Amino acid sequence: MSVGPDVATGDIPAPRLRRPLDATWRIVKTQPRATAGFVIVLFFVVVALTAPWLAPYGVTEKVGPVFEPPSPEHPLGLDDAGVDMLSLMMWGARVSLVVGFAAALVAMLIGGTIGLLSGYFGGRTDTVLMRMTDYFLVIPDIPLMLVAAAIWGRSLSNIVIIIGVIYWTTTARLIRSQVISLRERVYVKRAHAVGAGHGRILFRHILPQVTPLIVANTVLTVAIAIFAETAIAFLGLGDPTLTSWGKLIENAFSHNAITVDAWWAIVPPGIAVALVILGCTMVGQAIEDTLNPRLRVGHLSVRRFRLRPLQGTDQV
Amino acid sequence: MRGADYVLKRTVFAIITVFVALTLNFVLFRAAPGDATSSLRGCRNCTPEFRDALYAELGLDKSKLEQYWIYLQGLAQGDLGLSFVSRQPVWDELRDPILNTLPMVGLGYLFSIVFGILVGVIAAWRRGTFADWGGLLSALVFYSLPTQWLGLMLLILFSGVLPSSGISDPFIEFTDPSTWEVILDRLEHMILPSLTLGLVLYGEYALIVRSSMLETLGEDYILTARAKGLANWAIVWKHAFRNALLPIVTLVALTLGYVVAGAILVEAVFSYPGIGLVTYEAIFSRDYPVLQGAFLILTLSVVVANYIADLLYFRLDPRISA
Repeated sequence: MSVGPDVATGDIPAPRLRRPLDATWRIVKTQPRATAGFVIVLFFVVVALTAPWLAPYGVTEKVGPVFEPPSPEHPLGLDDAGVDMLSLMMWGARVSLVVGFAAALVAMLIGGTIGLLSGYFGGRTDTVLMRMTDYFLVIPDIPLMLVAAAIWGRSLSNIVIIIGVIYWTTTARLIRSQVISLRERVYVKRAHAVGAGHGRILFRHILPQVTPLIVANTVLTVAIAIFAETAIAFLGLGDPTLTSWGKLIENAFSHNAITVDAWWAIVPPGIAVALVILGCTMVGQAIEDTLNPRLRVGHLSVRRFRLRPLQGTDQV
Repeated sequence: MRGADYVLKRTVFAIITVFVALTLNFVLFRAAPGDATSSLRGCRNCTPEFRDALYAELGLDKSKLEQYWIYLQGLAQGDLGLSFVSRQPVWDELRDPILNTLPMVGLGYLFSIVFGILVGVIAAWRRGTFADWGGLLSALVFYSLPTQWLGLMLLILFSGVLPSSGISDPFIEFTDPSTWEVILDRLEHMILPSLTLGLVLYGEYALIVRSSMLETLGEDYILTARAKGLANWAIVWKHAFRNALLPIVTLVALTLGYVVAGAILVEAVFSYPGIGLVTYEAIFSRDYPVLQGAFLILTLSVVVANYIADLLYFRLDPRISA
């Protein structure tokens, strides 16, 4: 994003973003799409947190015949071992969400750090880091994950690390391009002139500005990580001791739920995964769209016809 | 000359990426904690003599650097090693599956590109209307569904109507089929896997095409075109879409990585004997040479696709300089 001619006159005030997360929160509250997505994700988080108290049965407890169809006592039916599907779904939410959030956190830390350093320092640091990112971006993710999981073993922590280490690239690139434009802003130069060190500029002046973008990206990465977990679990590389939604799909598939028409063993985990991904995507995209003023106008739109807002006048 | 410069730069990048992939492939498989033999199925308790023989056969008794050199030399001659399971050269194991995968993936790709562009463009054009909401919702839904799950759902929906597994009817040979019948049979088996792959990709394409179109529709030259009194379709297709095409080309190339991954999941669901199914089975039988070979070929195909996209991008956008 170009900064425009106002840089020359030097009258951009240092943007006031004391609590950068507040800005993000405001988008979530005011954009209907983001609010809806947030509510969906919140619902599953609550289910995951309360599973030990709310789940009606245990995850290894045989409570009826194999693949029993849904009934009033078991609203989602029973799985291939006669275990209550509803309880499995609730416990599965814990594992799937933990993998999603933890892996996204790993990706955010790596991608955020690389993006900040690369964009801020520029020059050779930038070249080296971005080349590295480019290579990572090209190598196909799921095959790499499968190979790594197959070799290093199937534990939850391994899966989190593998997913996190693979999905930091887009975060790094986005943050970098944002930081490059921020670095040239007058208030940053001014801070530098007053004698602020690199650390202070990065953490006090630049990081708060890119925080909404980092949040948006992390939320989108949660969706990708959950998606990746179901793929790993489906190919038989999930943690064998834990129940996740991906594992439930795999379990039903490998125990012939399809041939006996036991759709209730397959449909719920897929819908749950889809809803969480949908929720995260809605939140993430709403934040990104709000941050991108270029998307707000359409010269051909049927309903509205607005002028493009002047650059820099609508700080989020 | 800017053209030669750009092409040279992208070529060097592609070659270096290939080397990074080759090295990663080597490091992942041989320099991993433990070694290939410690995770070999059934070799946890094998005798020291047998282990030594195995080490020598796999070349693990040499230094890592030497192993790397031998590995590169082998690759240069097209040697991907021997399968642990069938004792056949890996390349022989992979060749036919690759040929099976290509048309299936191609069909799905085509489907997703056509529908993704159509829906994305219409949604952006009719922004804020029912068509936009419908398109956006369908795209978001398909984008959110796990590939393997969508495949299973199609399997349930079309059971009995379309063949659910394999690549051809095992009994067709007894009926002395014509070439046309064989092709038709193959196509029938291809529909469900291709459709699964196509639908998931469709969601992603439609979303990106829509936002890319929204960006170009906000440009001033669209306002100019509108002021000139051009018909809407001319503005959309001739002015906006052409300019929105650039990110779409990159996306189509970048999603090839996803297509490759999707092929593994889809082929596992439909038992479609392509390179994805080979990968899936190699994971289960811990057949590392095959897994390594498949990973290498999947990676190379993505690198090559990216290289082609870079060159295409250059053809499409005269502003690009090295």
